[in-house]
Amino acid sequence: MDIEKYIASGILELYIAGALSPEENLEVQHYAIQYPEIQKEIEAIEAAMLQLTKTVSPGLPADGFKRLKPELDDVLPFLPTASEKKTPWSSYLGWAASLLLAVGLLWVYLENNNLKSEIEITNQEKQSLEEILSDVRDEVADKETLLQALRDKNVTVIDLGGQTISPRSYAKAYWNKEEENVIIDAQGLPEPPHGYAYQVWSLKLDPLTPISIGLLEDFVTDNNKLFTLPNPNETEAFGITLEPEGGSNTPNLEQLYTLGAVGP
Amino acid sequence: MNLDDLILQFQKKDKTAFEKLYNMYAENICGVINTIIKDVERSQELCHDVFIKIWDKSDNYDASKGRFFTWILNIARNTAIDELRSKTHKNQKKNLPVHSFVGIYENSEDLNDKIDTIGLQSLLKGLKNKCILLIDLLYFKGYTQKEVSKELKTPIGTIKTRLRSCISELRKNTRL
Repeated sequence: MDIEKYIASGILELYIAGALSPEENLEVQHYAIQYPEIQKEIEAIEAAMLQLTKTVSPGLPADGFKRLKPELDDVLPFLPTASEKKTPWSSYLGWAASLLLAVGLLWVYLENNNLKSEIEITNQEKQSLEEILSDVRDEVADKETLLQALRDKNVTVIDLGGQTISPRSYAKAYWNKEEENVIIDAQGLPEPPHGYAYQVWSLKLDPLTPISIGLLEDFVTDNNKLFTLPNPNETEAFGITLEPEGGSNTPNLEQLYTLGAVGP
Repeated sequence: MNLDDLILQFQKKDKTAFEKLYNMYAENICGVINTIIKDVERSQELCHDVFIKIWDKSDNYDASKGRFFTWILNIARNTAIDELRSKTHKNQKKNLPVHSFVGIYENSEDLNDKIDTIGLQSLLKGLKNKCILLIDLLYFKGYTQKEVSKELKTPIGTIKTRLRSCISELRKNTRL
């Protein structure tokens, strides 16, 4: 390496100015360490620049370094303080307490939810019981009405006995002449076969004149087997026959299940 | 204690070492700032601030990146240029001044007497305007060699050899 040539290139002047790239700076520094002549030259250039820049100085700030010194940050070494040593214990305690609180809150929340759903269920049960009670009350009222109707002083009770086709059948008719209706208690009749229905007849006996007063509709599904039918006729006897669904114009006497005469 | 050890002590936050460095370079730093902002009082405030920065950023100095003086020179120039820009921003009609550092005494009748105009004149004796411009751009304004080459429309090689001869001239004057 030609040291003279390197110095003469002007690179060292640029080095002092700070005008070189980082790579060039490294190169200059490397040579300066290796070649004392280069180091010496660098220092000479710097000295000249120091002299030049000093001539343009407007003077130092008042009090110079004295004023600067108190503003310099002191670097405080890190020392854990006594309170910091206590930190883990109190912090664990804090964490434990907050964990406990969280668990407690969760439990209260879940418990509250359980109670809410229990209340919900109880309310539903209460409602269905109220509905049942209401139904029962309605039923009782119906039955009282019925009982009252049956006990009415104008009611004539007629027993309808079983006939040849079904000797064990029986029925009762509660006929209120004033109100022109008859309640048939058909509890003693067997279920009609599919496609057939019982038809109730008002009979005049001499000559035998049957007048249909109605069908025992929905016999199978009717719970109490009590049927109220209108009867404005001067009935002498009631008969019940089994007829095709929808009823017949004249009774099929072969299918006469029960018959009863109105007493005097 | 040589300079390298002094700098090492300073980097260990030794205030005594820093005071020595301050005494070595404060005039130069304040001078460079004043050539840029041309306001004595403000220059001295900024000079103070620059030394605070140097102290705070002492870890940033790395000898492999250049001389210590070059490092603090750079901090000073940047601080002064920032100041100038923020001032220009406030009063936009003013452009960045184009005067070289020599202008500091050419129109400085109202400035104080502290500037060593005689010393400056004797240092620059015999230097061509080209040289003064080159020294101004590189040392006082912080241009890189590429920026100078672009500014003066001259190849980097020529810039370097010219700078070498200009500084040689200057060094002859320092020995007088």
